[in-house]
Amino acid sequence: MKEHNVLVIGGGPAGIETAYQLKNLGFRPTIIERNDYLGGHLAQWDRLFPASKPADEVLEKMIDQIHDIDVKLNTKISNIVKENNIFHVTLTNNKILDFDAIVVCTGFDLFKTEKKQEYGYGIYNNVITNADLEKYFKTGKDERIKDPKRIGFVHCVGSRDVKVNNTYCSKVCCATALKQACEIKEEFPEADVYCFYMDLRMFGKGYEDLYLKAQKDFDIKCVRGRVCEVSENIEGKLVIKAEDTLLGTPMKMTLDLLVLMSGMEKAEGVEKIQNMLNLKSNSDGFIESRDTFVGMSLTNEKGVFVAGACTSPKTLPDTIAEARAAAVEVFNYINN
Amino acid sequence: MIDFGFSISKSSHIQMDDVDLKSFNKLEALNPDIKTCMSCGLCTATCTAGNFTDVSFRQIILMLQRGKEKEALQKVKKCMMCGKCMLVCSRGINTRNILLSITRIYNEE
Amino acid sequence: MIVEGKQKIWADYQKDIPDDHYFYVRSCIRQAFFPASEVVFLDITRNKLGKDFYESAYHTTCGGIAYHSDSIPQETAMTIIARQFALMHESGYENYVCSCITSFGCYTETLETWHEFPELEAKIRQYLWDSCKKEFAKPKYLAHASDIIYKFRHEIAKQAKFKLVNVKTGQALKVVEHIGCHYSKMFPSKGFGGAEYPHVLVGMIEAWGGEVVDYPERRQCCGFGFRQYLVQANRGYSMSNTYKKFESMETYEPDLIITNCPGCPYFLDRWQYVIAEQTGKTYGKNGYGIPALTYEEVAGLVMGYDPWDLGLQMHQVAIEPLLEKMGIEYDPKAKYKGLKNKDLGTPINPINIKIV
Repeated sequence: MKEHNVLVIGGGPAGIETAYQLKNLGFRPTIIERNDYLGGHLAQWDRLFPASKPADEVLEKMIDQIHDIDVKLNTKISNIVKENNIFHVTLTNNKILDFDAIVVCTGFDLFKTEKKQEYGYGIYNNVITNADLEKYFKTGKDERIKDPKRIGFVHCVGSRDVKVNNTYCSKVCCATALKQACEIKEEFPEADVYCFYMDLRMFGKGYEDLYLKAQKDFDIKCVRGRVCEVSENIEGKLVIKAEDTLLGTPMKMTLDLLVLMSGMEKAEGVEKIQNMLNLKSNSDGFIESRDTFVGMSLTNEKGVFVAGACTSPKTLPDTIAEARAAAVEVFNYINN
Repeated sequence: MIDFGFSISKSSHIQMDDVDLKSFNKLEALNPDIKTCMSCGLCTATCTAGNFTDVSFRQIILMLQRGKEKEALQKVKKCMMCGKCMLVCSRGINTRNILLSITRIYNEE
Repeated sequence: MIVEGKQKIWADYQKDIPDDHYFYVRSCIRQAFFPASEVVFLDITRNKLGKDFYESAYHTTCGGIAYHSDSIPQETAMTIIARQFALMHESGYENYVCSCITSFGCYTETLETWHEFPELEAKIRQYLWDSCKKEFAKPKYLAHASDIIYKFRHEIAKQAKFKLVNVKTGQALKVVEHIGCHYSKMFPSKGFGGAEYPHVLVGMIEAWGGEVVDYPERRQCCGFGFRQYLVQANRGYSMSNTYKKFESMETYEPDLIITNCPGCPYFLDRWQYVIAEQTGKTYGKNGYGIPALTYEEVAGLVMGYDPWDLGLQMHQVAIEPLLEKMGIEYDPKAKYKGLKNKDLGTPINPINIKIV
């Protein structure tokens, strides 16, 4: 049997899992990754919701599975030409490789929270993001976190917000916020921790348990209302305003630390790949799947497949399931 | 002082920095299940007294958390202790006991 | 506070306005509240900067006060505005600059509305012809007068005789900036620096040597709110907003408040008197208030105009402590002398706030 080459664009969880399953199905996958490491956002994360499982544990296991797969780090694609169902792919090192199929696993970017100017990220010292907090958990280092007595989490930053042109829900932030709230409370047991949410979307296995645990065991105070503005007082503490919508009253409080739950956005540079492959975008700006029910892994182009958060915000289990589905679709395509 | 025919009105903002939660913390220590309220409104929807007065268990708890004790205690007075809110609560909160604790703790002070 | 973060936003919100040849329109109320501000603006732009700023005697109110107090419908306001634009066009100008923030808001709102709803623009065009027999025209550029001073702030600094610096201590004066709501809250891209961290007044403060105070209630409205003020029974609401701002800025001990709206400096100034008389509280040092000036008045002080020619005696809060900090000489006896030495009368001393 002829060996078929499949290109996997992106070395995050979606790409790693897709490549692993493609190999299991008898193909020869190649992963192209623009960074100098594998794992994407997962590599930056400390622990995963709902049960705070160490991210490294998950990622190491995944990377282990692809030890014999061709991975090209620090590599981007400069051109793709399709001829007789073969993709001639030019890499940034000017090498041209041929592939029978392509799986796009380009993932997402975190919303750039400085765009929500009223929250003052990059202006007020003690405003950080979910990613900053994970980094702090991982390294124990962040000058902005100094024994905080009162901490706030703002849900839906850059999500469900027409003002930043992202009207969708980023799906993972609710669970991440409560996970991080519990974790920071564990580190600073004396601190009061508030979560400002609009809806708590705790849809997955174990997520509602996480919510209950956050309330009961960690005393996390959930306030239904979006923070409207942040400012700094003379002592350098943050002053926030929000409405307690359940009471119908505006409220104000001083915080030592504010964590913005940055949502997911289409990854930078994906448009280039979309143009090379003629891939359409969906209404949220991500890559469009051929069908939301039975064609999640398919695109409008034959031989081009998708997996993970490049089509919409996804949790890690969603991403891994989609990666496996994409591998099966590649199998169906090549064998028919 | 001059009377100008108008004066400074109090801000409607709840200033959380000034809210004294000592009593509420006492209440919470006695009834930790209070923390698990998710504001679904079942207690208020089913409340017999609430059909005719402004008593609402959900609001009472929220008001106590935000320092609106006077208003909350006014509402508590209208409860008839029938126990229907306890029957429906989907988090299994012992609402009846909490109402009794509120009367005791807040009336002590 | 990380200034670089603000600078990034300021760089993003730089609007393109020409540096010369403007049709200038005055405000309804500023000439009564701050009688020299507009005169000084024209003197600075025309005579100190050598620019062409033209005004027409036929200009009227923009209708903003009536519009915002619900006494005329939007179409009437738009027709009044169309008439002002027609005056500009007839005078041979295409750059329009207004002294009032509410006018600026109304003009911006009107131009945007016409852009979104061309059928409404067509209707107003007809109304203008029917009522005034004037030809409809739209400005090529719309600016607020504070945009012009912002644009030339460094030139003004070059000609400055005084700085926003305490001459005795050498320390920069602490200056609160207060932006009129209708400058950029409705249309952030129409204001220098946007809506959250406007740069229009900050730029002037920095260029003239002061230090900007960013306090928690900086974005809060002064409380004028038209209807809230115009009905006496509602004035407490208006004053409560100002009170909130002063309570929030108090700990920073500001030396000066600079504003770019007709209403804000008036209320930030006068309510200090009412608050003092009602509560006994004053926000400046030694029983004084904090002077709340227009940007033209501050530009005028910096450029060496006589404080009384700038009309600063019209402020409720005494200006003298600020003049002394800046090292500006003044004649105390001339304070209540008007043009041609006319006696303006001396105000009665309030009980709780010092005015001299």
